[in-house]
Amino acid sequence: MNVKQLSVFLENKEGKLKKAVNAMSQKGVNIRALSIADSSKYGILRLIVSDNEAAKEALESEKFTVKETEVIVVGVKDEPNGLNTILEILEKESINVEYLYAFVSTKVDEAIVVFKIENYEEGVKALENGGATLLSKEDLDEI
Amino acid sequence: MIWNPIAECMGKEEKEEMQLSLLQKQVKRVYENVPFYKKKFDEAGFHPDDLKTMEDLSKIPFTTKDDLRQAYPFGLFAVPEDEIIEIHSTSGTTGTPVVSGYTQKDIDIWGECIARAIGMAGGDKHSKIQNSYGYGLFTGGFGIDHGAKYMGATVIPMSSGNTARQLKIMEDFQSDILTCTPSYAMYLAESLEKEGFTADDISLQAGIFGAEMWTEEMRKSLEEKLGITAHNIYGLTELMGPGVATECEHQTGLHIQEDHFYPEIIDSDTGEILEEGQKGELVLTNLTREGMPVIRFRTKDITALRRDECPCGRTTVRMDRITGRSDDMLKIKGVMVYPSQIEAAILQVDGLTANYQIHVSRPKTLDEIEVKVEASPEVFSDEMKKIEEFERRVARKIQNTIGISVDVTLVEPESLPRSEGKAIRVIDERNFD
Repeated sequence: MNVKQLSVFLENKEGKLKKAVNAMSQKGVNIRALSIADSSKYGILRLIVSDNEAAKEALESEKFTVKETEVIVVGVKDEPNGLNTILEILEKESINVEYLYAFVSTKVDEAIVVFKIENYEEGVKALENGGATLLSKEDLDEI
Repeated sequence: MIWNPIAECMGKEEKEEMQLSLLQKQVKRVYENVPFYKKKFDEAGFHPDDLKTMEDLSKIPFTTKDDLRQAYPFGLFAVPEDEIIEIHSTSGTTGTPVVSGYTQKDIDIWGECIARAIGMAGGDKHSKIQNSYGYGLFTGGFGIDHGAKYMGATVIPMSSGNTARQLKIMEDFQSDILTCTPSYAMYLAESLEKEGFTADDISLQAGIFGAEMWTEEMRKSLEEKLGITAHNIYGLTELMGPGVATECEHQTGLHIQEDHFYPEIIDSDTGEILEEGQKGELVLTNLTREGMPVIRFRTKDITALRRDECPCGRTTVRMDRITGRSDDMLKIKGVMVYPSQIEAAILQVDGLTANYQIHVSRPKTLDEIEVKVEASPEVFSDEMKKIEEFERRVARKIQNTIGISVDVTLVEPESLPRSEGKAIRVIDERNFD
């Protein structure tokens, strides 16, 4: 199954991030990865979580605006040039990366990189053809 | 100098007699010549013959901006169109524009009122007046122009904009009096500083500033930066334009030209006439206008009247500087804006609701508007770039409606303060008190 990231709109106000995180933890949602994009006015919290439905419900009940987006999750060799190999595949196909963030797990020796690519299908195809290891929701659950 | 001592320093009784007689004539004229007034007076059970004393004025129904809009364009003219020699109009950004028509005599009276204003600012026929109000349908530019010429002063018809040129002319021509909106005056003053000039490089003595609300702090700052005395001028297109009232050198309120305008202050909820010194909505009547007399016009401007003696010797009643509006109109950068216009623009955008908030501020000298809208899932994106694009799109939409630029910011849903279930729509951080 494809991986869906949750994006949460956060105003630049004290305690907002904590409120969002707290809402999810109360429902037993585990955060696997997160990144925050911010401007002077607000931030976008991007999350890969154990249970999207539960997380969404928890956040929405606290009046957060939440959006699900399909992202591409790639296992990248945790060594020099690891990410570069993936970026080269995308560059060759002239595919733009909107944003990415990475995390590591103690259970696998790969770094896990989350890519947002404007055209999801095109990105998947290019990466698969280029020999990248794409991870599914199920794969993520196990690591 | 007092331009017209007879009119401006008239004794109380004489003035009241004259006002009653002018009003009686005016009311009769509009009843006979303007079907709108005939209908309105008849419906209210008022006949011009009922006007025996000034107290009877309260029997005459008010005229509202909506009445004037419905008469668009020439429905309220009291003379044949041939006799109208000039037309002005509001911008119409808030709906149908209001048109104002003037006969030769009306233009002369306008000139007379402006001449008195220039006199209050210390000017006379030797003065060079740099007129930086916009020339066009807007009454500011031509109003001052008429007055300067009527007086025999020299008008420099700059109109607004082209700041570098404004400063050059100000220096080269040695302008004596600057006329423009206070915010533009401030912009000129700051530009002057930036160019390395000081007040000594220019020979301005006074400024006559109006068409928007401004503060005492702004006055002090303008006076210091430009080395002038700054005089507040009031007027409105519906009745004439600038010159209905102006401050003299004592700056203790704006002297209303009572031989041409009859002022009342009312409670804007009940319509009841308030006493001297009480704050309320200003209602004005054209006593002498021929082309388009307006009777008991509700200006929506909040002020109070003062009849105590002014050290300048003028006996005309003074009004306080305008500190607010009885409706929700905002005047931003000199432009009339109603929250409902912004709301209409917002509601045209998919995913946006009527929950919004308008923040008006004046961080330095120019007004800024920020419109906060709630981020629904439809308008929210995981990409900053897309959110910012969305904000700009909404800002353009609003700008196309109200004519001035705004900043749009997304906020969390239901984060805007609400009162009795409704969002508080307008926060005006500018302080005009």
